[in-house]
Amino acid sequence: MSQPTDLNIDHIATLARLALSPEEKAAFSQQLGGILSYIEQLKEVDISGVEPMAHSFPVYNVWGEDIPRPGLPVELALKNAPAQRDNMIVVPTVVE
Amino acid sequence: MSSEIFYQPVSALADALAAKKLSSVELTQAVIERTKAVDDRVLAFNSYDADDALAQARASDARRAAGQARGPLDGIPVGLKDVISVAGQPLTASSKILANFVSPYDATVTLKLKDAGAVCWGRLNLDEFAMGSSTENSAFKTSSNPWALDRVPGGSSGGSAAALAAGEAIATLGSDTGGSIRQPAALCGIVGMKPTYGLVSRYGLIAYASSLDQIGPFTRTVEDAAIMLGTIAGHDPLDSTSFKTEIPDYRAALKQRKGPWKLGVAKEYFGEGLDPEVAASVQRAIDYYRQQGCEIKEVSLPHTKYAVATYYIIATAECSSNLARFDGIRYGHRSAKATDAIDIYSLSRAEGFGPEVKRRIILGTYVLSSGYYDAYYLRAQKVRALIRQDFLNAYKDVDAILTPTSPTPAFKKGEKASDPLSMYLSDIYTIGVNLAGLPGISIPCGFTQSKLPVGLQIIGQPFREADLLAIAHTYEQGHTWHTEHPTL
Repeated sequence: MSQPTDLNIDHIATLARLALSPEEKAAFSQQLGGILSYIEQLKEVDISGVEPMAHSFPVYNVWGEDIPRPGLPVELALKNAPAQRDNMIVVPTVVE
Repeated sequence: MSSEIFYQPVSALADALAAKKLSSVELTQAVIERTKAVDDRVLAFNSYDADDALAQARASDARRAAGQARGPLDGIPVGLKDVISVAGQPLTASSKILANFVSPYDATVTLKLKDAGAVCWGRLNLDEFAMGSSTENSAFKTSSNPWALDRVPGGSSGGSAAALAAGEAIATLGSDTGGSIRQPAALCGIVGMKPTYGLVSRYGLIAYASSLDQIGPFTRTVEDAAIMLGTIAGHDPLDSTSFKTEIPDYRAALKQRKGPWKLGVAKEYFGEGLDPEVAASVQRAIDYYRQQGCEIKEVSLPHTKYAVATYYIIATAECSSNLARFDGIRYGHRSAKATDAIDIYSLSRAEGFGPEVKRRIILGTYVLSSGYYDAYYLRAQKVRALIRQDFLNAYKDVDAILTPTSPTPAFKKGEKASDPLSMYLSDIYTIGVNLAGLPGISIPCGFTQSKLPVGLQIIGQPFREADLLAIAHTYEQGHTWHTEHPTL
């Protein structure tokens, strides 16, 4: 397991699409250093031959009946949009 | 009925409603008035809609008058944690990023409550996006523990627990990812239950960590928990992780299943950090079961010490993925400063999320990032398998396991707020249950000398909630802790 000091907060914040203030970066780096040191104890565990577990009760091949049913009406689907016009969500220009 | 009808259990109120000694409008009005009288101190609600609740109550009374009452929850005000969708009502997750969001549809549990005739009542405070153990991470308010207003009610479902303990609802729903129902139930002196993963649909629940989240009830009694669980449980095609299993009559099971039970006690749950008064109360509960003829056996859960670390890798990884949907585009807060697409994401999220949510997103992003996945996430998933195997091994010998719910009684507001790790460790006895997908219940088992409630956790076997409830009921029948209420 890598050392906690590897945490490059700028890189991770970019991956997370999260703008952090300099104060937040300093505070999180320090706090996450502590949390990651705590997490290091998992290195002690013998995991050889253990299958990873994503879910407690695996459910396989869940199929739904292919029956059309009404979705949300447009007005309702757009009701929480920050900006909308002509039944569409308005965003800043993406391509010049 | 007694003058304080807001402190009565569902079972008694259902009888009074059925006998027409009480109407749902009277009951709902009493709960609304109680809320207006105490919530400026308890601070359990993010919002409530009294007119809407009274309209539901009138509809219930009309059904009953027409001979079409639907069962024990018909006309009973049930509060909902503000992460569970109720069509037309606000849904904030106690986050600024959803401050103005209104649910376009009902969660499956909401529909089930409505079908049972319950009055859906209020939006209950929580730690932002259910991340925390005290409600101090709410963007709006810190709820108070009704037993000591300067202390936290626990979290993340602290509003759901505080509202019920203060008589501001007759039952409530919460969600439990690492202890978020059981820990606040313990701290507020009520019953709180996390069902087996997959028993209750998560459709319409705002996701935190999808492989761990479960919705469950807060109630005054174990019988009420049986009523609520029977109402909300069941397979749902809208949640692909919901399990196809027979739902028994949990309430009938309380009378039918008498034991004696084989109960396990794990030394790993009675170690360093456990408050001596909590330990003594839990020990007396264990002694009680022994007196009732139950066999108490020592069991070992050797990977318990790794549960918190495992949880904070898996839960944060899942949250970093789940919360990516809050991008400022389709719903939620959008930054006014953003000028391009990337800015919309990163500035809206920076302005909308609070510190704990940001901390967990960063941690989760880190443990999933290129080069670290095997070292953290994959390893955690393997340790998770070992934690689950510990429980399954123990269940070869016992029906259920008895533990403290929380290592301490309710702590003071602000006491742990600046130290995330110490806050995380307050979930040390509840987290393993989520990692293993098991059902767990916390029931009142005493008070400290300063009159703070203590909870007993009973951890059951997968999909054997009927046994778990019957075991809890056995204790409750011999005690009166659940009949005590805070003075407000």
